[in-house]
Amino acid sequence: MRDGGAFIARGNYPSTSFAGPPPPRGEDRAPLITSLRTGNRIEIAAACPAARALGLRPGMAVTQARAQVPGLDIRPADPEGDRAHLASLAIALARRWTPTVAIAGDDTLFLDLTGVAHLHGGEARMAARLQRMLARLGYSAWIAIADTPGAAWALAHFPSSTRQAGGICEPGKQVDALASLPIETLRVDAAATELLHRLGVLTIGQLATMPRAPLVRRFGATLATRLEQALGRLPEPLHPVVPPEAIVTQQRFAEPIATAEAIEHWLGVLVPRLAAALEAEGLGVQALECIAERVDGVPQRIRIGLARPNRDPAHLLRLLRRRIEDVEPGYGIDAIALHVRRAAPLGAEPMVERLDEEAAPDLATLVDTLATRIGLAAMWRMHPVESDVPERASARTAVLDPPERGGARAKIDAVDQLDRSPALHPWHPEWPKPTRLLRRPERLDHVVAELPDHAPRRFTWRGRPHRVVRADGPERVHGEWWKHVAEAEHVRDYFRVEDEEGRRYWLFRRGDGERSATGDLSWYLHGVFG
Amino acid sequence: MADPAVLAQLRAQLRAVETKGFRRRPALPFGLAPIDSRLADGGLRLDALHEIAAGTSDMADDCAATLFLAGIAARAWGPVLWVVRRRDLFAPGLAQVGLDHKRLIYAEAADDAELLAIMEEGLRHRGLGAVIGEAKRADMTATRRLQLAAEGGRTIALLMKRAAREGSDPIATPSAAVTRWRVTSAPSTPLPVAGVGRARWRLALARQKGGEGFETEVEACDATGRCALPSPVADRKAVAGGSANRRAA
Repeated sequence: MRDGGAFIARGNYPSTSFAGPPPPRGEDRAPLITSLRTGNRIEIAAACPAARALGLRPGMAVTQARAQVPGLDIRPADPEGDRAHLASLAIALARRWTPTVAIAGDDTLFLDLTGVAHLHGGEARMAARLQRMLARLGYSAWIAIADTPGAAWALAHFPSSTRQAGGICEPGKQVDALASLPIETLRVDAAATELLHRLGVLTIGQLATMPRAPLVRRFGATLATRLEQALGRLPEPLHPVVPPEAIVTQQRFAEPIATAEAIEHWLGVLVPRLAAALEAEGLGVQALECIAERVDGVPQRIRIGLARPNRDPAHLLRLLRRRIEDVEPGYGIDAIALHVRRAAPLGAEPMVERLDEEAAPDLATLVDTLATRIGLAAMWRMHPVESDVPERASARTAVLDPPERGGARAKIDAVDQLDRSPALHPWHPEWPKPTRLLRRPERLDHVVAELPDHAPRRFTWRGRPHRVVRADGPERVHGEWWKHVAEAEHVRDYFRVEDEEGRRYWLFRRGDGERSATGDLSWYLHGVFG
Repeated sequence: MADPAVLAQLRAQLRAVETKGFRRRPALPFGLAPIDSRLADGGLRLDALHEIAAGTSDMADDCAATLFLAGIAARAWGPVLWVVRRRDLFAPGLAQVGLDHKRLIYAEAADDAELLAIMEEGLRHRGLGAVIGEAKRADMTATRRLQLAAEGGRTIALLMKRAAREGSDPIATPSAAVTRWRVTSAPSTPLPVAGVGRARWRLALARQKGGEGFETEVEACDATGRCALPSPVADRKAVAGGSANRRAA
């Protein structure tokens, strides 16, 4: 029965490259280092074997490294991302390899192999398989297996003594294996290590022979505890990672149910349970699946999606209830389960600052309700776009997009700070715009108009003649050559005209009436005013 | 034994205690005395359904009715849900009567039944200031449903009715709407120079619950969604006073 196992994913390979493209294999690969800013100094956080061979070490200044090695591949280090990768790796290992996996520091994982190694073909084969799996993922790792976590840690970080044995320390042999290792491998602080060096104590073997009481008096309990833990005379508890489990609430029935009322009743029981489970986790559901297991084994599924994370039982129940009719009960339903397919943290809700105001209504519930009926694609908002071409003056956005915030504050010496007036709204408030815009401009017939810039006197639209009484214009819109080269010469002259019955239309003529390159002088109706 | 007057007084007292003497305005007035005085509630009731139709089938009248709706919604509070059948509304044009793009949510319905169902959902949500729909067929049952959904809330329901067939009158079908309007575009306010002045509409209240219909001419919504009375009707004195001032100066 073995107790400890450690596996190291040390930052020899900069682990930021894990997310990016893998470093190319071959002779022409540039040495790779990652840089980290500490205070005013930018130093090397990690260096690849090629860079180490050139004498680059973590902690060196990047400028010095750059001076030493031309053509160095420098990427920014991402300690947060590395830790997140390590945590996700720990969770993956806890699901696949052994139930007890603990994270130690920034680069080490402890795996408790008690009663697990034989499932993977023994300790040596398990270590080899782990190494291969990590190599596939892009990590280079040192693996050591020993009776105690402390010994495994030491052997993994200083693998010289057990290299022949593949990092495996025989049971009960950790005292011998550790004897020649330096005292840095005991995970004690740097001050204690330095003092021990000054006292001439360099290896664990030397330390182990010293009497404990003066050691504790001089260095505190930590050093002695670490030593005894590594040698296996004191227990070292691990804090294992707990893989998150999907939230499911399920109800089995003694008798199959078949009516919509019964399903609704049980949903009414299940949804509050689910909401309580979500609240305990601090989550809100974004995608929920309700699976009704039929007697004949054909599961009936109801899927609902929510625009924003939510755990309000009344709202979830309302969305589910609307879809009950999709369930075909057949000969009856044995069990109903609610599976959370996607969840997001649902933290504190913003409060209204002023007490006499009512809270802004939450539109997310309305959006959910309507989306189950018509789909999210059939709902939108319009936001202004800076363009004079009417078709491009507005663009659709999602209903629940957060409102735009002001851009980054400009620097105090920026030239545009001289202009104190606020930016103009893309939609001009003074130039009248039609209420409805035709999908594409419709050609007008029998237009009588004076050139170059007079509104038409009469025109025919959809087979009906109109006599223009009053008109405003032209409002000239040039083609946006910066978007389409073909528009470079195009010109539209817009007129707002009113006929004798008071109907107001928005017409335009292609071309400026002087140069034929700007348009063919044909007339179109583009919009109608109210 | 109970005197109805005493009962009414007690009810009023109870209501005052419950709402701490604060009463939300039940109706949205136009701010124009000749119109508001002839409406049964002194304005458009906020928790009710109102129908608006174009006077003719011409698109210009359709747009006048649209803008009339948009102006009412702009004067209501909060976000507005506009359920459309076609995607031809021009957002800059609506913004010019005060219906800001940030307040407006569009939803597209595949048919009239779906449109009315979406409107009902919007009315029951209680978080919207106005719900607007454009339908061709909305019978007594459908409008009654909308009216019931609107009651008790403060979301004004505006249904724009279009003619189901060419030449048929959309207002003529029975409906549970509280007011039914017909909007037709009229020649704009004359300007002393060439050009198009402020638009005018012929506004006809075809039916209303608890009141008579009437017909009047108004100037179209301004940038805040407010209609105005044409100057010869509104106040001749102010015009006269203005010219008197100019003479004095």
